[in-house]
Formats: sequence, structure tokens, C-alpha cells
Amino acid sequence: MPEVRAEMVANVWKVVVGEGDQVQDGDTLVILESMKMEIPVLAEDDGVISRLKVAEGDVVQEGDLIAVIE
Amino acid sequence: MFESVLVANRGEIASRVIHTVRAMGLKAIAVYSEADAGLPFVAEADEAILIGPPQPARSYLDADRVLEAARRTNAQAIHPGYGFLSEDAGFAERVIDRGLVWVGPPPLAIARMGDKINARNLMMEAGVPVSPGVWEPVPDAATAVAEAERIGYPVMVKAAGGGGGIGMGAARDEAELLLAYETARNRAARFFSNSDILLERYVEGARHVEVQILGLADGTVVALGERDCSVQRRHQKIVEETPSPGVSPQLRARMLDAGVRAGETVGYRGAGTVEFLVDPAAQDFVFLEMNTRLQVEHPITELVTGIDLVEQQLLIAAGEQVTFTSVEPHGHAVEFRVYAEDPVRFLPRPGDIKIWEEPVGEGIRIDAGYAEGNAVTPFYDPLLAKLCVHGADRAAALRRAEQAVGAFQIEGLQTNLPFFTELLGDPDFVAGTYDTGLVDRMRR
Repeated sequence: MPEVRAEMVANVWKVVVGEGDQVQDGDTLVILESMKMEIPVLAEDDGVISRLKVAEGDVVQEGDLIAVIE
Repeated sequence: MFESVLVANRGEIASRVIHTVRAMGLKAIAVYSEADAGLPFVAEADEAILIGPPQPARSYLDADRVLEAARRTNAQAIHPGYGFLSEDAGFAERVIDRGLVWVGPPPLAIARMGDKINARNLMMEAGVPVSPGVWEPVPDAATAVAEAERIGYPVMVKAAGGGGGIGMGAARDEAELLLAYETARNRAARFFSNSDILLERYVEGARHVEVQILGLADGTVVALGERDCSVQRRHQKIVEETPSPGVSPQLRARMLDAGVRAGETVGYRGAGTVEFLVDPAAQDFVFLEMNTRLQVEHPITELVTGIDLVEQQLLIAAGEQVTFTSVEPHGHAVEFRVYAEDPVRFLPRPGDIKIWEEPVGEGIRIDAGYAEGNAVTPFYDPLLAKLCVHGADRAAALRRAEQAVGAFQIEGLQTNLPFFTELLGDPDFVAGTYDTGLVDRMRR
């Protein structure tokens, strides 16, 4: 089951999906913000969001789990 | 002359301004956020004062806190650097109302140029060429479609109160326009106090060339040459050079003249930059916008003219004469913005600086915001340092750049330095024939 992890230290600006949502490859899951730039985090598979580990305003470190898609 | 200057900024530009303030025998006061306590600019100032948490809105962008810091330190003048409060006319007004010296243009000049629609209209009236576009804000998507039809595709969609490329997007047809309009609207509402949107004809294959001006204390406006800023990613500059390899002497004379006229139109004082788009084939240009502050890439103008722009800003703010009587540029200078970002997709990469070794040598200038051991946090823009080179001609400057880029050692986090090595081997860049599409073409 594919895990989506943060590529960099960032603030979670927007959470677009919720647990239980059906997503497709390429859908935006959350939008991070780092160094004055918005960085959308995309689904890399089709599936259902089984876990969502971040909320708006959180700070994520590189490698932190953002979501699990099943 | 005032005796102390509070520098309302951070990182490399705070260090840069503090350097000249101290060289002039004045007291330099820094303000810093909790995230920046360990950065060089804090130690370089004569006095430094903590103004708040890392978030810009609660520190560097918080006018109340900055003014309170000025009061507590008895600062007599405020230099805003670039970004943050530098183009906030209301802040400039408050500084002046408190009896402090504002090291910048009159608030009215900031306001008149800060709204890009108003600036376009002003320039048109002053006889400075602008590209076909709107006279008024575009209130909704339907109006955007109608205006784009009238102007002709491709069009550029921008936030009227924007800057730094944020919210800007080009559209080739109606579908792209609707998307670009929506994006610009959202970004404008989020990042800028003014959510107005403007449309103008997008010039493809253009070069981005800007003119450095100085409005002197006696009201005269002078031009200090141009800078070519066509190497961009996401509509943001990463490399600048002067003189522009795409501008003939005749075109240069016309552009410098237009830059001076732009400044005169708004009663400009101090350092400002008038940006143009140049069609290299037609050797023609249109006004883009004016930045009413010190520009990031000002060092390359300093390298070729030998004029310290920050010193002139301070002298003009004090009502005194500038240090030069004529502008005689020598040689060629190039600036590389060293960013904490990956060199392929240009995505931000905050981290800790484990090793920082700057290149040294003749014709090399580094304006750095960080040093070994510092943390680069996600709160601010990714600029680590500006690597500038100066040579007798363009070829000499590029040779020097190649050595300097190779010798700059930064470890602990990713930087875009490898991209510069790539760029210095790119035929279009080496030949000087590139335009604003260069980086996208290299990455396709």
C-alpha cells in the first residue's frame, strides 16, 4: 500500500482530501508551503485514502508520512 | 546626516545594507525573527533586536513591531531592503509621520507604481511604450475572455498588486485563460492586499531587461545602465547580467531615456528599477513594471559602475549629494542567485549548512545571507547568496563565473549551483542569444 511522504521541510498549507476519499493518480492530496512556494503533493496511485497524517498548519519534516492510499 | 539606520530586513540584503551603513560611520540596527538569531546579519549589526516569531506576518512584515523596534533603539532612519515592507506605501508614510527618515521613494511614488494597472496607464500618458492591455482591473472571468479577445492571444494574466512572479500565468487560448485567471485571483487574494487582476499581451521570445535609476535629492533622475534578467524559472530571475547582450547601443539609449521618464513622472527619489520586455528581433521594448526599492540584482550595476547604490540611497534620503558626477560602466558583470533548491525541478530544500566555503579571487563578489552551521528554514525565500563576477568583457566574466561556481562549496543541503554549471555550458546562454524561455527549454 503506497505511502505518500514529504519531500522537504514544509508547512501544511491546505489539506484537500480526507480519510476515506477515493483518489486517482495525479490528484492533489495536500498543498505544502516552503520558502514562499506552494508545493502540491499528488497521489501516485488510484485508491482510497486510508490514513491522513497531517492537518493544516502542521510542520512536516523530510520523509514524514502524509497519507496512505489503499 | 542621520546617525543610525534600522535595517528592516533579513539575510543577504540585511548584511549588504549593514555593510555600507557601517562603512559610512553610521550605526546599523538589525531586527530579526526567532528563526534568524544565528544568521550573520544579526552579528554584523551594531545592535540587533528580536521582533517576533519566524512567520513573516508576525515579524518582518509586522509594521507595528518594526516601528516599535525603531523607537526602542532610537533609530533615526529605516532602510527596508527589498520585499517585506519595502513597497508598502502605508508603512513608508508611518515611518515619515514618526519623524524618521525613510530610505526609499516618496510614499505616493510607491503607491502610483505599486498598482500595475495604474503604472501602465501612467507610463502610456508619459509616452513610455506599454504592450496592449487593460486600463482597468478585470472583475470576472467573462470580462477576462472579452478583454483577451480584444488584446489578442497570447496574453499574460497578473495580479495588479503582485510581485515576484507569484500568480502570473500566460494563456494561449480561452481554456488556458480561465485557468490562469482563477490562479491569479486566488494568489492575489492570498499574497497581496490588492486582488485586482490585469491582462496584457504576452510577448513571446522576449528578453527581460531593466533600467536602474536614481532620483537625486534635487529632483533630477539619472539612469545607471541596464540589467538583463532573462534567465528565469517560474517567472522569477535566477541569473542577471549587465550590459545586456541583446540590446544595441541605440536601443539602450532609448530604454535609459524611458527609465528616466518613468522616474520623473512619479517624482521619484532614491534607487528604483524600471522593468521592460525587449523584442530582440525588432529591437523594441515595452514597459513591464517599476520596482520602487533596491533590487536584488543591484550588485552587478555596482560592479560595472563602481557606484555603491546603498550609499547613494542613504545620501539621497538625507538630502545630500551623491558621490558620482558621471556614470561610466566598465566591463561585464553577472549575478547567480544561489538558492536552497534542487537543481532539476527547482523545488525548495531547506536544511542545515554543514560546509560553506565561498570562492575568492579577483572579480568575485559574494553577498551571502548564511554561513557554516546556519539552518535554512522554510519560512523565507530560498536565496542563500548572490555570486557575482566581473570581467573585462562577457567572455572573461563567464570564465570567471565557471571557476567561481565550481569552487563554491555548500554541503548539508541541496542548492542550484549544479544548474549554473549546466547553464554556463548552454550554447544559447554562452552566445548571449537567450530569452525568458531559456530555462524551460533546458528542462524540456
